[in-house]
Amino acid sequence: MGMQAFLDVFDIYLLEAVINGILLGGVLALLALGLNLIFGVIDVTWICYAELVMIGMYGMYFMVQYYGVSYFVAAPLTILLVAVLGAALHYLVIAPLLTAPPINQLLATGGVLFVLQSFATVAFGIDFRNLGIRLPVLAFGDMNFSYARLLSFVAALVGMVAVYLFMTRTFTGTAIRAISQDRQIMALMGVDTKRIYLITSALGGALAGLAACLLVLQYDVHPFVGLSFGPITFLICVLGGLGNFIGGFIAAFVFAEIISLGGLFSDLEWGYVLAFAFFIVMMFIRPAGLLARRR
Amino acid sequence: MMGQGRFAAWGVGLAALVALPFVYRDPYHLHILVLILIWSFAYTSWSMMGRFGLVSLGHGGFMGIGAYVTALLWNHAGLSPWIGIPISMAAAGALAMIVGYPCFRFRITGHYFVLVTLALSGIVLQVITATRDYTGGSLGYTPNRASGNRLLALQFDDKTTWYLIALAVWLFGIVVWHWVDRSMARYALEAISEDEDAAAAAGVDVTAEKLKITLLSAVMTALAGAIYCQYQMFITPDTVSGIAVSLQMVFAAIVGGLFVSLGPTVGAIITILLAETLRIGFGTKAVGWDNLVYGVLLVLFIIFLPKGILGSLLDRLKLQRKVPRAHEQKAVQVARPGA
Repeated sequence: MGMQAFLDVFDIYLLEAVINGILLGGVLALLALGLNLIFGVIDVTWICYAELVMIGMYGMYFMVQYYGVSYFVAAPLTILLVAVLGAALHYLVIAPLLTAPPINQLLATGGVLFVLQSFATVAFGIDFRNLGIRLPVLAFGDMNFSYARLLSFVAALVGMVAVYLFMTRTFTGTAIRAISQDRQIMALMGVDTKRIYLITSALGGALAGLAACLLVLQYDVHPFVGLSFGPITFLICVLGGLGNFIGGFIAAFVFAEIISLGGLFSDLEWGYVLAFAFFIVMMFIRPAGLLARRR
Repeated sequence: MMGQGRFAAWGVGLAALVALPFVYRDPYHLHILVLILIWSFAYTSWSMMGRFGLVSLGHGGFMGIGAYVTALLWNHAGLSPWIGIPISMAAAGALAMIVGYPCFRFRITGHYFVLVTLALSGIVLQVITATRDYTGGSLGYTPNRASGNRLLALQFDDKTTWYLIALAVWLFGIVVWHWVDRSMARYALEAISEDEDAAAAAGVDVTAEKLKITLLSAVMTALAGAIYCQYQMFITPDTVSGIAVSLQMVFAAIVGGLFVSLGPTVGAIITILLAETLRIGFGTKAVGWDNLVYGVLLVLFIIFLPKGILGSLLDRLKLQRKVPRAHEQKAVQVARPGA
């Protein structure tokens, strides 16, 4: 009898963890999409991607907490702010290095990571800050889900659908997709690559901004917060295949489940460790990414 | 191959370095010198694979393993660092193999390699934080003070002793660098970094060569971490591990110059002096300012001076010293903008 009761409780927790994993997957997929977009189109990896999210989270914090702006007004402003940051990053750092070896581009964005982290330390201090918005918890049967996670999941999905529509239904989006297929030819066909790169960078920034608006609901912001989800985003992108949007999407949910289920048995950090171990194993099985065609 | 003159220069320089702490005893300046030597060794270890295009951002992980494994074995198992350091180096080497083998075997290069190694250092940081019951988490960790034999515990209060230890370790790093520089492995690795397929076709065992240099680099980096821990007697995940430390290694090596043996050392001198100057200049308000300037400088360096300070300086000197002969002129011109 005791065993049965134990199993019942366990199943509920398991189900709760699985669903929480799916909810986490939404935000991770959003992060991976932004990074994949930049990589697929410009062929550059923004090491500092999670730090853009961090700046966005501070933007949200100051607007909502300090200036008393409503959350839903602050969110579009934050998205705009990070989009501008993304475009600036491209214009100031990546554009001069477009013909340099890829490693140099990568390290330059690593330098930007340092700059953003220390800028946040200098400007905002190292205190942990939070929005102070405590969203209610949704009870469903014996399971509890936070509204913050549900909202993030829905908003992340909406964001991804919006990007999909932009990429498939607009002229600019089509040009972006075309460039990601062949960088040289599109310039010959009269597409202004510089402009497309700038738009893509702004779009990647906007996705980071949206992620910031959602993450700030669940996590405290501090200058090094990027380090807690940056590495996992990189793993997702590599596992999904860099530049492969659908691969990144699936990998995000796989990782989110591992983190969530791993966290069920111990701390969240061990979930990350488990995800990394899984990643190493997957590299042996599918080295070119989850969705790579078998050779 | 070193000429007679260069040997003499090295000899005089070394003698001066060894004699220094007996003549000049200011503890603060010696402390800075010890830090420069230890970090120079770490940066040199990184550059051993970095110079062949194997850009690893996982070395913060190896350094953290060196420091934490040594300290944990000392505190919890009572193992002397003389045994603990080799164990920590072996642990870092094993991790390097586990991550390196699939990377090299399945041709994970460029962006992919950087991202995988970047994640590695992030994960080591997470493990140190997660095992906070043992490691103290982000609050840091202190090896227990030795009650008995100081030598056995590798703990010395005397700055001169540490200076000489750090000097020996640093020199060891430089010697290994030159040894690799003159070995066949160097040609194999240079061929690999130019074109993997061509190198493989020419009979180079790509996976084995990459694994060897990665193992060497990781093990030496772990040694640097262990020495740093023994010297400072206090480590935190942020100072010896994680992405920031990994990036710091890459930056210093690039600032100094990747392709010359003293480049990483010059990088360490510049970055540590810069950080110290900023720290003292700004006082306690400086938290973050040094890294801000550091990051901006790095971005500027990569854009404008990709060969590093020492590398560019040497290039300039070489060009001034000898007028290239006719058949060399083309090569020199190609070499300059290529950096």
